[in-house]
Amino acid sequence: MTMRSAKTKAMILTRIAPVALTAAIAAGALAVPAQAAEETHALKSVHFSFDGPFGTFDRGQLQRGYKVYVEVCSSCHSMDLLAFRNLSEEGGPDFTPEQVRVLAADFPREVIDGPDDVGDMFERPGKPSDNFPPPFPNQAAARASNNGALPPDFSVLAKARHAGPEYIYSLLTGYEDAPAHMEMRDGSYYNPYFPGGQISMAPPLSDELVEYTDDSPMTTEQYAKDISAFLMWAAEPKMEERKRIGFQVMVFLVVLGGLLYFTKQKLWRDVEH
Amino acid sequence: MTFGDLDVAHAHTDTQEPTRRDFLYIATGAVTAVGAAAVLWPFIDQMNPDASVQALASIEVDITSVEVGQSLTVMWRGKPVFIRHRTEAEIEEANAVPIGDLPDPIARNANLPADAEATDANRVFATGEAEPRLEWLLMVGVCTHLGCVPLGEQGDYDGWFCPCHGSHYDSAGRIRKGPAPRNLDVPEYEFVSDTLIRVG
Amino acid sequence: MSGHSTIHYKNPVVRWIDTRLPIISTMQVNAMDFPTPKNLNYFWTFGGILTLFLGIQIVTGLILAMHYTAHVSLAFNSVEHIMRDVNYGWLLRYMHANGASFFFIAVYIHIFRGLYYGSYKQPRELLWMIGVVILLLMMATAFMGYVLPWGQMSFWGATVITNLFSAIPLVGTAIVEWLWGGFAVGNPTLNRFYSLHYLLPFVLAAVVFLHIWALHVPGNNNPSGVEVKSDKDTIPFHPYYTVKDFFAIIVFLFFYAAFVFYLPNTLGHTDNYIPANPLVTPAHIVPEWYFLPFYAILRAVPDKLGGVIAMFAAIAVLFVLPWLDTSKVKSATFRPLYRQFFWILVITCIGLGYLGAKPPEGGYVIASRILTIYYFAHFLVILPLLGIFERTKPLPASISESVLAKHGGGGATAAAGAASAPENRG
Repeated sequence: MTMRSAKTKAMILTRIAPVALTAAIAAGALAVPAQAAEETHALKSVHFSFDGPFGTFDRGQLQRGYKVYVEVCSSCHSMDLLAFRNLSEEGGPDFTPEQVRVLAADFPREVIDGPDDVGDMFERPGKPSDNFPPPFPNQAAARASNNGALPPDFSVLAKARHAGPEYIYSLLTGYEDAPAHMEMRDGSYYNPYFPGGQISMAPPLSDELVEYTDDSPMTTEQYAKDISAFLMWAAEPKMEERKRIGFQVMVFLVVLGGLLYFTKQKLWRDVEH
Repeated sequence: MTFGDLDVAHAHTDTQEPTRRDFLYIATGAVTAVGAAAVLWPFIDQMNPDASVQALASIEVDITSVEVGQSLTVMWRGKPVFIRHRTEAEIEEANAVPIGDLPDPIARNANLPADAEATDANRVFATGEAEPRLEWLLMVGVCTHLGCVPLGEQGDYDGWFCPCHGSHYDSAGRIRKGPAPRNLDVPEYEFVSDTLIRVG
Repeated sequence: MSGHSTIHYKNPVVRWIDTRLPIISTMQVNAMDFPTPKNLNYFWTFGGILTLFLGIQIVTGLILAMHYTAHVSLAFNSVEHIMRDVNYGWLLRYMHANGASFFFIAVYIHIFRGLYYGSYKQPRELLWMIGVVILLLMMATAFMGYVLPWGQMSFWGATVITNLFSAIPLVGTAIVEWLWGGFAVGNPTLNRFYSLHYLLPFVLAAVVFLHIWALHVPGNNNPSGVEVKSDKDTIPFHPYYTVKDFFAIIVFLFFYAAFVFYLPNTLGHTDNYIPANPLVTPAHIVPEWYFLPFYAILRAVPDKLGGVIAMFAAIAVLFVLPWLDTSKVKSATFRPLYRQFFWILVITCIGLGYLGAKPPEGGYVIASRILTIYYFAHFLVILPLLGIFERTKPLPASISESVLAKHGGGGATAAAGAASAPENRG
C-alpha cells in the first residue's frame, strides 16, 4: 500500500513538473513584452470593393484614381512600372485602347526617346506601349526638388506598406495640427499615420481639386479613396484573375480531395490499422 | 495512372457488374487527369510572348530622309525590316518579269489576300491604300530559307543576296535563285502620312 | 540499388529493359510493393508532401529563371515584369514564394513527427542525419532565393546573415568579403546567390534520394515504435499509401492554394516591395518566418560570436540527437514524460519564432534567453536523463498487436495512442 502510494506520488510529481515548467517559460516569454508595444496610430477603417476573396476593382473608381494621380500626384511621384497599355488591360480601369492612346498623348509629360539620327535624345508624346514618364530624371533631382525628401515611386507602393490601401487613405486624410509638445522639422507636416509623424509632403488633396465627370463627390475623402484603390490595382494588376483562378482551384481541390477521401476509405476498409 | 491498376485489381475480386467502388476509382482518376492537364497550361503559356513584347508589336517609321535609291533598315519585332525607296529602273525591272518565271508566284504580302499573285504592284501594296506606292518597298529582311539577313543591292537580280546559302532576290524582294522557298515576307503596314509608316 | 532483377516480367519489352537496367523492378520493389507498417498515421504523409514541394519549387523556379534578371539594377523590375507581363507569371512567382513557406511548414511537421515517434533512433540514425543535412540545404537555398527579388529585406537580410561569418576570429572579414565578392552586398553577391540558388535544389534532390535510400534499408518507423516483426505488420506501399499520401497532398495543397491565391503576400514582408537601398536600413529587419526561431537564438546571446555559434549549434545538436536520447523506447506513446517534454519543446520553438519577429529589446531578449537555454537543455540535459529515469509503458509485442489493442478500445496503450495520433478512427 505505502509503496503504491509513494509510486503514485512520484508519478504525479513527474507529471506536474513539465507542466509547471511550461507555465514558467510561457510566463517569462509573454509577460514582459507588453512594455515593448510600439506607439502606432491605428489605420482608419475603410471599405474597398476589392476586399475579400471575391472582391473586384470598381472600374469607375480606378478611372477616377488615375485622374487624381495624373493631376495631383504625378508631379512628384513616378510610377515607373506602369505602362499606359495597362490601363486598358483586363481587370483594371477598363479604358478602351482608343482612350488609352489619348491618355498617353495627353499625359502631363512627354516621353524621352532617342537617340535620333544625329544622336540626340528628343521628347515626343506618349504611346500606349510607353511606361508613365517620371517627373524627375533621377533620385538626386527628385530630392533636390523636394527639400531633400524622396517621393516614393507608386508602382508597388500599396504592397510596400502594411494594409497598403488603408494606409494610403489614412495618410492622405490624416493631416492634423501638430500636438503642442512636438517639435516639427522645417518644411514638414504633422501626420500621425506616417512613421515618426512628420512628413515632408504638404497635404496634397483638397475638396474640388480634381474635376470628376461622374456623380462622385469631389471631396478629399473620395479622392483619397480613389487614389488608394488605383494604387492597389497598380501594385497588383492581376488580382482579379488571381481570385478567379483561385476559386476554381479551391473548388477543384475540394472535389478531388473528397473523391480521394472516399477512395482511401474504400481501399483501407479491410485493413486493420 | 495508379487508378488504372486499381481498377483492374478489383475487377478480379469483384465479380458483380460495375460497382460504386469502380465508379469511384474511375472518377478520381479522371478528375486527377483533368487537374494535371489544367496545371500544365500556365507552365506552357508562360513561354509565349508576354504583354510587354506584344505591346511593341507595332512601330512607326519616319521615311522623310530616305532618298531615291536608298534603303532604311529598322527593327520590328526583333527582326530587321527593309524599307527601300526604289529607282524607276528597279521598278521596271521587277515589272518585266513574267509571273510564270518566279519560283514563288505568291505575293506574300500580309496586306493582301493570302493567294495574291506576286506581281510587283502586289509586293508594294500597303493597307488602306487605293493604289500601290510603287517607289516604296517594305519587307521583313529575313531570308525565307534559314533566317539569315540578306545583303542589299547585291545578287544577280539587282535586289538582295543572302550570303548564308546563296539565295538571290530581285528588286521586288522575290526569290529568283537559290534554296529559299518563298519571297521575302511583306508585313502589315500602312502609310500614316506620306512620310510616316506604321509597321504591324 | 539491387544489382539484379528478382522479378520475372511477362512483357518482353519490360523484361528486356529490366534485365539490362533493373529500374522497373527497383521501382516496383521500392515504390509499389514496398512493405510498409500498416499503422502509419497522417503525420507519415509529409515525406510525400515534401517530395512534391521539392518538385514544385524546382519546376516553378526553373520557369522563373527564364524571366528573371540577376543584376542589381534590373532584378527588382524583372520580378515585377514577371508579375505584370509574363503570362501567368504572377501565379508562378506566388507559387514559388509561398511554396518555400509551405515547404518549411511540411519539413517542420516532418521533423517534429520524427522527434515524437523517435524516428531518429537505431537503426535510423543516418537517415535522420541526412535529414538534418536536407534541412541545412533547404535553409541555404531559401535564404539565397529570398535575396533574388532585390527588395529591402533581400538586401538587408543578405547583409545581416553574411555578416554572421565576420564573427569568426581572424579570418572573419576575409571570409565575408569573399562571400560578397566586394566590400558590401552587391552585384557579385546577387549573381553568385542566383547561381547557387539554382544549383542547390539539385543537390537537395540528390540528398533526398539518399534519404529515401536510407529509409528503405530499415523501412519506416511507425507510431508504435516497434519494428516490423512479420508480414502481418505490413501492407504494400501501393495502393494503400500512394492513395493515402495523395489524399493528404490534396488537403495540404488546399491550404497552399489559399495562400497562393488569396493571401499571396501575407507570409512575405512588405519592405521587400521597396527596391534595395544600401543607404537606408528598414526599421525592423526580420527574416522569413521559418528562420525566426534561429534568429531569436542568434539575438539571445549578447556576444556576436557566441550568438552565431548558438544559432548553428541549434541545428548541430540535431546531428547528435540519436546519441543524446538514451531511451530504448522510440515512440512517445509509451514515454509519458518524454511526451510532455516534447510538447514543451514545440511550444519553446513556437515561442522562439514569435520572439524572433519582435525587436531585440527589453523583455523580448530576456524571454529569448530563457527559451534558448531551455531549447538546448531539452537536448543536452533532459533527453539523456530521461532515458535513465523515465518509467516507460509496456510495449506491444508487434505492430499488429498494437493495432488490435487500439481497436479493442480498452488497453492503456490504446488510450495513449489515441490521445496523440491524429488519426484514431478505424
